[in-house]
Amino acid sequence: MTQWVWLAVAFPLLGFLVNGALALRRPGAKSAVSLVGTGVLLAAFAVSVGVVLELAGHPPEHGTVVRLWSWLPVERLQVDLAFQVDQLSAVMLLVVTGVGSLIHIFSVGYMREDPGYARYFAYLNLFIVFMLVLVLGSSFPVMFIGWEGVGLCSYLLIGFWFSDQVNADAGKKAFIMNRIGDFGFMVAMFLVWRAFGTLDFAQVTARAPEILVPGGAIVTAITLFLFLGCTGKSAQIPLYTWLPDAMAGPTPVSALIHAATMVTAGVYLVARTNLLFAMAPVSSLVVAGIGAVTALFAATIGLRQYDIKKVLAYSTVSQLGYMFLGVGTGVYVTGIFHLVTHAFFKALLFLGSGSVIHAMHHAYHAAHSHQDAQDMRNMGGLKRYMPVTFWLMAIATLAIAGIPPFSGFFSKDEILAMAFARGAEQPAFYLFYGFGVLAALLTAFYMARLMAMTFLGENRTGERERAHLHEAPWIMTAPLVVLAVLSAVGGVINLPSLFGGHHALERWLEPVTAPAAAFVQVEAPHGATEYYLIGAAVLIGVLGLVAGWRATLARPIPTARAAPPDRGLALLLNRKYYVDELYDALFVRPLLWLSRTVLWRGVDQGVVDGAAVNGMAKLSQGLGWVGSRLQTGQVGVYVILFLVGALWILRAVIG
Amino acid sequence: MTTGITLLGPALGLSAILFTLGVAGVLLRRNAIVLFVCIELMLNAVNLSFVALAQLHGASGQIMVFFVMTVAAAEAAVGLAIILAIFRHKQSVDLQNINLLRG
Repeated sequence: MTQWVWLAVAFPLLGFLVNGALALRRPGAKSAVSLVGTGVLLAAFAVSVGVVLELAGHPPEHGTVVRLWSWLPVERLQVDLAFQVDQLSAVMLLVVTGVGSLIHIFSVGYMREDPGYARYFAYLNLFIVFMLVLVLGSSFPVMFIGWEGVGLCSYLLIGFWFSDQVNADAGKKAFIMNRIGDFGFMVAMFLVWRAFGTLDFAQVTARAPEILVPGGAIVTAITLFLFLGCTGKSAQIPLYTWLPDAMAGPTPVSALIHAATMVTAGVYLVARTNLLFAMAPVSSLVVAGIGAVTALFAATIGLRQYDIKKVLAYSTVSQLGYMFLGVGTGVYVTGIFHLVTHAFFKALLFLGSGSVIHAMHHAYHAAHSHQDAQDMRNMGGLKRYMPVTFWLMAIATLAIAGIPPFSGFFSKDEILAMAFARGAEQPAFYLFYGFGVLAALLTAFYMARLMAMTFLGENRTGERERAHLHEAPWIMTAPLVVLAVLSAVGGVINLPSLFGGHHALERWLEPVTAPAAAFVQVEAPHGATEYYLIGAAVLIGVLGLVAGWRATLARPIPTARAAPPDRGLALLLNRKYYVDELYDALFVRPLLWLSRTVLWRGVDQGVVDGAAVNGMAKLSQGLGWVGSRLQTGQVGVYVILFLVGALWILRAVIG
Repeated sequence: MTTGITLLGPALGLSAILFTLGVAGVLLRRNAIVLFVCIELMLNAVNLSFVALAQLHGASGQIMVFFVMTVAAAEAAVGLAIILAIFRHKQSVDLQNINLLRG
């Protein structure tokens, strides 16, 4: 079965080709598109399950590498297009195809009335292809194909409704910011090649202890450049600003690409190269620090957003920060654990918000009013109209807020506990732990605010519009139910011994993280400390939820049109600390000035076009003018010249 | 008649004078006909030196003169035809006005 893992990639590729052809030829064939689009995903999921079952049955020591063909045979550089099936990629395989399938099914309902239906599914299938190449790639370059490919699909889907300038700009922003990160990835690849002479993950892991000096300059440089790539792809400070803008795409895209799968690629990359990060303590500290700061920073912004998807977007940035804090502590399983549970509950939250937006959009459309269907100030009291969505999203809210026994509690608690444990060795981690706890409080707060503003209190949609509010069709709620079950019980995959589990995911991933464990040993807290940490985490979560709920419903919320402008701290948070404006002033404007004034008008038009191209033309024209002066057309002149020439020759001959 | 060289110096001197007159005419006059005449003058000046020098070098110089005369006749035919055509075109044979080759 493992040998057939390429089928998991081939099925969605086939779906992309078929749907792409349909998008060009028969864009109206929606039932065919739905069948192909979701069918290939389910097939890929079935293949993944088969592969993982076989892996669980006969676990090989270092995973299996399935070589398809030789891709770059250049002297010493031998890169095969090969897929690596091991415990880590198995987890990702299941998450990508599983959550991907659910979101594809949801999309059938959500995008049904969109004229670009076939194009949408073609892009979505293509995204799955590249995402699987990313997680299965057995070497840096193969992973890089997927890394770039998912970036492309992200760009295409953010700008899916590209006739709106804002959406097209958001796609462009995502693409350009990711390029900055990709620069880091590529430099890291070059450095790996220089140090190892190979780009294979397995060989790099095998030879790293003898080639690299732990804590040395080379390994630190490699890992820091890799992490630069992660900050781009996984939306960490300083390259996070594209992700909130990426919400311009359709909501299922936000759920699949910008919450569950693609943005976690950075966490996966760190976990994949865990040995290198374990050998570079400075880089690990940077990873954990950036993660902790991002978790807190994004959570504060989430407090004051009104667009329901923007809240979730900043929440995603914040949760990704947690994952990096997790892998930064050196206990890589915590990051992957949170990645998996986050994929469940954040996909659920996004799809739930999609269901809400769907209902709001229909209500406004039916009543012919032009208000913002995503602004939470226009919602309120939706619980009465869409109870299923409400209860399912409530489960996800409890999960993300870290309330036991929901999945998010276990994964978040483990990250915070490990960060606390690392503090004994490096006091900086106590600070990161503090950031994490504070971010957890804010997370619970903004999620309670989101739920209260959307579903509780008085309805603010409008008199006429209210009649059109309705629950989403079953094809949209069914995937939500599955995700809700996973969000609720997802924690069992790595249940700690305190709760009767035996760290299943940790044991499962042991073959992958074992080399790193030789360099970083983190003693998990136990006894009184463990109880104290868990108690604090639960207390914080409950406190945040209650505070957010009470604060939101304390006084009536004005609708988006009637709302007074924010002031002071609220305005600062609502405008996202003016980071976009700052980047605009610091980078975008100077770059545009440099491009337009210096490079375009100065270098290109002045030097290249002016001096070089037109200059040569002017020079030959001038020489031609001088030559043409000799041609007077006067016979007398010719005769004189002839005579002078003849005499000159005569003199030369006679001597 | 004694075999010897007669009047070689005066003949070559006259040839040089005639040739110089021809060159001066070509350079200074503008009328195409006059120019043409001047060219004939130069050719015949050369003929004179050929004949004079034939006393020293045998008959080949004299034979060369016949060649030159033949070529000059052909040239006169072609040249006059061209001048005629130009006159028809421009109503003038003044070389100042004929400058189509100017760059």
